[in-house]
Amino acid sequence: MNDEEGAAPQHRADPSSESAADLAHDPAEDPAEDPGEVVLRAVDISKTYGVTKALKHVDFEVRAGKVTVLFGENGAGKSTLMKILSGVEQPSGGHLELRGEPVDIESTNDAVDLGISIIHQELNLAPNLSVRDNIFMGRELTSRSGAVDRRREDEITRELMQRLEEDIAPSTPVGDLRLGQQQLVEIARALAADARILIMDEPTSALSHSEVEVLFKVMDDLTADGVAIVYISHHLEEAIEVADHAVVFRDGELVAQRSARGLEMDWVVHTMVGRSAEYDFRDQPREFGDVALSIQDVRVVDPTAGGRLAVDGVSIDVRAGEVVCLYGLMGAGRTELMEALCGREPIASGHVTLHGDDVAAFGIGERIDRGMGLVPEDRQRDGLVQMMSVGSNMSLASLLASVKRLFVSPKDERAGIDRQIEDVRVKTAGRGAPITSLSGGNQQKVVIGKMLLTDPSVLLLDEPTRGIDVGAKGEIFSLLFREARKGLAVLYVTSEVGEALTASHRIVVMAKGRVVREFDARTATREEVMSASEGSTETADTADATPLIGATP
Amino acid sequence: MTDTLTSTGAAPSAPARPKRKIDVNALLVEGRALVALVVIIVVFALLSDNYLRPENLILMTRHVAMNAVLAIGMLLVILNGGIDLSVGSTVGLSGVVAGYLLRGYDMPFTALIAYPPVWVVIIISLAVGAFVGLINGLLVSRLKIAPFIATLGMLYVARGVALLITNGETFTALRGSETLGNTGFLTVLASSPLGIPFPIWVMVAFALVFSLLLTRTAFGRWLYATGGNERAAELSGVPVQKVKVWIYVLAGFCAGAVGLLLTADLPAATPRGGELYELNAIAAVVIGGAALSGGRGTIRGTIIGAFVIGFLVDGLVIVGVSTFWQQVIKGAVIIIAVGIDQVQQMISKRNAVKRAHVPSSAPAAPAGTPA
Repeated sequence: MNDEEGAAPQHRADPSSESAADLAHDPAEDPAEDPGEVVLRAVDISKTYGVTKALKHVDFEVRAGKVTVLFGENGAGKSTLMKILSGVEQPSGGHLELRGEPVDIESTNDAVDLGISIIHQELNLAPNLSVRDNIFMGRELTSRSGAVDRRREDEITRELMQRLEEDIAPSTPVGDLRLGQQQLVEIARALAADARILIMDEPTSALSHSEVEVLFKVMDDLTADGVAIVYISHHLEEAIEVADHAVVFRDGELVAQRSARGLEMDWVVHTMVGRSAEYDFRDQPREFGDVALSIQDVRVVDPTAGGRLAVDGVSIDVRAGEVVCLYGLMGAGRTELMEALCGREPIASGHVTLHGDDVAAFGIGERIDRGMGLVPEDRQRDGLVQMMSVGSNMSLASLLASVKRLFVSPKDERAGIDRQIEDVRVKTAGRGAPITSLSGGNQQKVVIGKMLLTDPSVLLLDEPTRGIDVGAKGEIFSLLFREARKGLAVLYVTSEVGEALTASHRIVVMAKGRVVREFDARTATREEVMSASEGSTETADTADATPLIGATP
Repeated sequence: MTDTLTSTGAAPSAPARPKRKIDVNALLVEGRALVALVVIIVVFALLSDNYLRPENLILMTRHVAMNAVLAIGMLLVILNGGIDLSVGSTVGLSGVVAGYLLRGYDMPFTALIAYPPVWVVIIISLAVGAFVGLINGLLVSRLKIAPFIATLGMLYVARGVALLITNGETFTALRGSETLGNTGFLTVLASSPLGIPFPIWVMVAFALVFSLLLTRTAFGRWLYATGGNERAAELSGVPVQKVKVWIYVLAGFCAGAVGLLLTADLPAATPRGGELYELNAIAAVVIGGAALSGGRGTIRGTIIGAFVIGFLVDGLVIVGVSTFWQQVIKGAVIIIAVGIDQVQQMISKRNAVKRAHVPSSAPAAPAGTPA
C-alpha cells in the first residue's frame, strides 16, 4: 500500500509526461486492458478563490467508454475540477483539451454543446415544474411552428424513466417526488442531453440501494456506447464497484491515479487521507467535568422530505472539557441534529438537556444565553453578515452584554472585539475591515470567535474546517482544545476521518440518522471509522460498540 | 453601520487602507444624492429668482418634512429587506381618527358625546398608526406573508376604514372650543416655533432619535444584521421575528405622525389624505442609497433623498413645468439615481474580484523600486 502512496509524487514530478506513460508506471496496470481513448484532458489546471487555492496544477483526463472515479475528502478539489470541466467555473490557470484540441468552456451551455453534461451534487430542479419540463429545461423540443412539442418530450421522458426503472408520469410536478426520485430526474436530464462525457457528482446520495443498482446498469450501457463517465461519490464501496480508473485528490492536488483493477478500500482511504495531519490532539488531557450536554433518544424530522426522520433516536453525552467528534457521511443526519440542538429546527421526540435543564422551551437566543451556540456548516449562508465589518460580525451574538442604558457602549464592544480578534488570531486589517476581505479560514475564526464571545459552556460546530487550508485547520483545533481545557464542552461534525482521528477525544459515528458506533480517538483506526460510517455492517458493529449513553472516558 | 467601528486602534500590523475604502464607498453612495440635490438647487436658482428666497426654502422644507418622516419609517422596513406600501393609507387613517375625535366622539349606548383633550387625540392617532404597523408586522413575521402583499392588503384596508369612519366626508372642525377643553391641535401642530414650521421640527427630532436607534442601539445593529443575512442573525441569537414586528410598528407610528401633521397642515381630516405618499417615501429611501434587498442604508441618506424629491417637485412647480412633465422628470431622476448606484456597485465588485486574483505582492513592486 505504501509503495503506491510513494509512487504518487512521481506522477506529479513530471507534469509533462503523457498519461499513457503514467499508467504504464503503475504496477497494477494490466497491459492487455484497453485504456480507452482520452476525450477530455485538463492540463495544468489551477483554481483560486480569493486566497484559497482549490486546485493546484492538476492534470486530469477522461477516457471514452470508461468510468473514471474521483476520490478525495471534502475540499480536496474534486467538485471544483468538475465545475471547471462543465463550464460552471473558469480555471485561474491551465487549459482544457477536447479530443486533442484546446477548448474554452465558458458556460454550461458551451459544455452541453460540446457534449459534456453534469449531474450536480446539489439538485438543480424547479420543483414547481413537471418532470418533463425539468428534463427539457433550456433546450425544449419545438415543432415546426415554434411551439413546444410536449408529445415528443413526454415520449422521451417516458423512455428515460423506463430506462431508470422508475414509474413516474412526465407531468408529475418535481416537488411531489421524494428526494431520491428527484435525483433520478436530475440524472434523466443529463441522459436526455445525449452527452458523450457525463460527470456525476454524488449522484447516489439520496438513492436507495435498488435505485443505485439500476443507475449502475444504466452506466454500463452508456460506457458500452463509448460515453466517458466521471464519477464522484463518498460511498467508497459503490465507487470502487463502478470504477475503471481511480484518481485521488488531496488538498487541491491530484496525488495518485491508477487502473481500478485490484483497487482496494485500504489503498483508497490511505491515499485520500495521505500523511496524517500536522496537528495531533490525541494526547490532550482528559480531565472531564460533569455532563454539560446530554442528548437523549432525539428524533428530528427531515425538513426537506416530509415524514422521514433525519435523526432517528440519537443519544450522546458531552462532558465539560471534552471534544467529541461526530463523524459520518453526507446525509447521515449530523447537520439536522446540530440544527435541532441549537434551536433552529424542532425536535420530534427525545430530550436535550444543558447542565441538567431541558432546553425544549428555549429559542436560539435563550440557548445562547444559557451557554450553547452553533457554528454553522455554511459560513456564507448562515455564519456571516457580508455587509458588515469584521467587528460587527464578531459582536453580533453578544451585543446585549455591552448595552448600557439603552445604547451599545462602543468602548465595551470594541474591547470585546479586539480581545477576541487577538484570541482567535484573526488576520485582519482591523475590526472595521469588511468581513469579505478575509480568507475563508479567518472568516471561520470570526464565526467561532463570535460564539466564544457569548461565553459558552457548550459549543456546537458543523464542519468547522470546511473549505479552509490545512494551517488554519490546525489553528482552529488548537483553539477548541484550549477552550476545552478551560472547561468548554465541544461537539463538532466532520466528514474528514483524519480530523476525527487526530482532533478529538471521542469519535461518534452516525449513519442513516443513528449513532452506529463510538470510538476512543486514541485507539480508533481510519479503516474502522470509515467502514462504520457506511452503516452497512451495522448489526455486527453494534455488538462490540461501547455503551452509547453515559459513555465515560 | 460600520463607521462606528472603524476608528482608532486597529491591529498594529494593518495599514489603514480598508477603513478608508469603506468611508469612500459610503461617501459616494450618499454623495450621489447630495450631488443631485446641489444640481437641482443650482438649476432652479438659475431658472427662478424666487427659488432661493428663505420663505420659499422654508416652505419647500416643510413639504419635505412630511415625506422625510414617512421615509424614516420606510427606511427601517427596507433595511430589513421588506417594503411597506400601507403607510400612505395609514397617514389618511390616523388623520381621520384625529379629526373624528376632535369633532366629538358619539359614545355608544349613551347620549353622551366625548371631546377628548388634544394630547389624548394625538396619542390615539399615533397608536392607530402603530396598530396598522403591528398588523403588518404580524402578517409578515408570523404568517410569513410577503411584505409586498401584506402591506398592499393593508393599503386597501386602512384606506377603507378611513372612508368608513368619515363616510367619505372631510372633517374641517379641528379648532376645538375653549368650553370643551379640546383646543390646541392647530395652534401647536400648525405653529412655527422660532420661525420654523412645526413639521420641520418633527423631522429633525425623528431623524435624531432614529439615527441613534440605528447606530447606537443593539436593536439597530440587529436590524442591519437581519437585513444583511437573516439566517446568520438568527443563529447568532438575534430575535429576528421581534425585530421584524417592531420595524413595521415604527413605520406605522411614523405614518401616524405624518397623518397628524398633514391634518393640521391642510387643515382638514380627509380620508383621501396621504394617497401615494408611500411611493415618495420609497423613492426618498432608495435615492438615499439604501438597498431594497436590505442591510444597507442610513437616516442621513434618506433625509437627503427626501430633499431631492421635494426640492425637485416644488422647483418644477415654481418654474411652471406642466404636471405631466413633472411626473416624467421625477421618475427619470429616481431611475438615474439608483442606476448610478448599481453601476457603481458593479464596478467596485469587479475591482474586488480583480484584486482577489492579483497576487497581493503586486502593488508593492513599483513602490519598492525607485527608478
